[in-house]
Amino acid sequence: MDALFLVSLVAATLRVATPLLFAALGEMLTERAGILNLGIEGTMLFGAFVGFFVADQSGSLWLGFAAAVLSGVLAGLLMALFSVTLGVNQHVSGLGITILLSGIALFAFRLQYGGRSVPPSIEAFPQLSPLADVPVLGTLLRQYLLTYIAFLGLVPLAWWLLYHTRLGLHIRAAGENPEAVDAAGVDVFRVRYLALAIGGGLIAAGGAFLSLAQLGSFTHGMVSGRGWVALALVIFGNWDPIKVMIGSLIFGGTFALQLRLQTLGWDLVVPYETFLALPYLVTIAALILAGRNATYPAALLKPYRRD
Amino acid sequence: MQVRRVYLVIVLLLVIGVAVQCAPQAQPTPAPQAEEPPLFFAAFATPIEEPWDGVIHEALQEAADNGQIRYEWTDDIGYAGDMERILREVAETKKPTAIFGDAFGNEEAVRRVARDYPEIAFVFGSGLGPADPNLSVFDNWIHEPAYLSGLIAGGMTKSNVIGVVGGYPVPEVNRIVNAFIYGVKETNPEAKVLVAFINSWFDPPAAKEAALAQLDAGADVLFAERFGVIEAAVERGAWAFGNMSDQYELGPENVLTGPVWDMRPTVQYVIKQLEAGAYTAQDLKDFSMMAKGGARLAPFHGMDKYIPEDILALVKQREQEIKDGLFRVPIDEAQPAPEN
Repeated sequence: MDALFLVSLVAATLRVATPLLFAALGEMLTERAGILNLGIEGTMLFGAFVGFFVADQSGSLWLGFAAAVLSGVLAGLLMALFSVTLGVNQHVSGLGITILLSGIALFAFRLQYGGRSVPPSIEAFPQLSPLADVPVLGTLLRQYLLTYIAFLGLVPLAWWLLYHTRLGLHIRAAGENPEAVDAAGVDVFRVRYLALAIGGGLIAAGGAFLSLAQLGSFTHGMVSGRGWVALALVIFGNWDPIKVMIGSLIFGGTFALQLRLQTLGWDLVVPYETFLALPYLVTIAALILAGRNATYPAALLKPYRRD
Repeated sequence: MQVRRVYLVIVLLLVIGVAVQCAPQAQPTPAPQAEEPPLFFAAFATPIEEPWDGVIHEALQEAADNGQIRYEWTDDIGYAGDMERILREVAETKKPTAIFGDAFGNEEAVRRVARDYPEIAFVFGSGLGPADPNLSVFDNWIHEPAYLSGLIAGGMTKSNVIGVVGGYPVPEVNRIVNAFIYGVKETNPEAKVLVAFINSWFDPPAAKEAALAQLDAGADVLFAERFGVIEAAVERGAWAFGNMSDQYELGPENVLTGPVWDMRPTVQYVIKQLEAGAYTAQDLKDFSMMAKGGARLAPFHGMDKYIPEDILALVKQREQEIKDGLFRVPIDEAQPAPEN
């Protein structure tokens, strides 16, 4: 274990954490408005597919990314239709949306790219490498633009939106005390629709990061539970953008670490599965510690009805 | 609205009728065959996009395209008990001549159903044995081309570190990885082979991260047992070997070759046996090995220009010896160590 090991570990941590951060920030916004969006896993896969498909057809990665975000917005609005307008149970409607969107993504994938023995691929987003010649910083900063956007742009933006804008106040209030929002003359439905739309877009962006940046390809199992991890990170982060970011770094870090532990070739008594379980064990442990102080938005899971 | 739709349909039918009448008379075709080709059904536990089942599907589809069989299939059945229900439904309602599929994870269900329908040939991918009277088994015995890939990998590495990323350490994967390592050691005893598992058949982002970790640890040649690894090789400019299918297009400047599985010999053999009325339950493993064309090295697509002459000559020699039955690649199904 040397300096290079640690530096490349940190670089990998940021890379692995990026899709989680996108999705967790999106989920955080919707939960802050009082809606638990379990459509997160399906929305990520859907975003990954739409992003790949549009990029492949149009030849433009950014157009693909924009289409993915748009598809996430629509997925969020669909969730809003069920959970806000119709007041359906959020667990059921969310899981339903995950199943629906996963099914649509994989079905469309087969229609478009079926019958091939290797997954289709496109040229992915390149990594930026500022200060490439500086030893340590060069490796650390060699990241995708979307990683920079997530950590340096979205986290502060989400924080500012939540705590320093009127919309943020409305979102938080809609998740804590929707009656008060209504009494203040603000449309609770509108606020929740908006939060779900923005959140859905961010969640799909996380999926599109996988297909457009990390891989340049789309296959089954692209998302592999990353949506559910993001869901746990929101609770771990206590619905706060900065803490959610820290959570995504902890998970990303242990995930990158376990893959590297396997490459060290240590002849350990513990089987490699122990390493594989590490990120999840750490997340569970962190959840137990943080969960005790978790302050759920008071109106989470409650459809608003003026009665 | 309703009336209009009916009207439209009628007009459409009439137009088609006119078109058919006006169409030139078809050439006198050979007299229609008295019997249509036998129905083959396939029941896959995973989606056919998964390469293992994809190989089976491809071979059956080709036989159907050639008019040898009629082919129907269903996939993504999973391991939650649906396999037995689907197999029974198919056996009762469609009465196919043969049912193909993958039994892994559904071994008992497949064997139970096969026993109840002895008139149907059950031909399933399995790590276990055949069962009389009608259950034959096959598997991807592609350790031979994996060994040949290892020979090349040993000759290509400059850093003497080679990375392998696999799904799960099950026998099917272990024997491929071990044969690859065996090949590496033959041409380059100094080289060290790192083996990582991601415990998933389908998580390309994780596979890529595992491969990047190996590249960070000094590897300059990667064996991509799973999807996602070649992307890492492309990103960092390392050599890569695909697996299961010809994966050259995933990295036209990086993918040298790789073991390829071909189910066509197995499917053709079963078709012939059934035609002859001579089908018996047996282990069809030979038909997935190199001698019978069931396994091979993927085409080089011109990448052989990067491979040293002596290594290429050795590969050609070993390939011939394997096909002639003069050389046997050891089958080792034990879990490979993280570093070899």
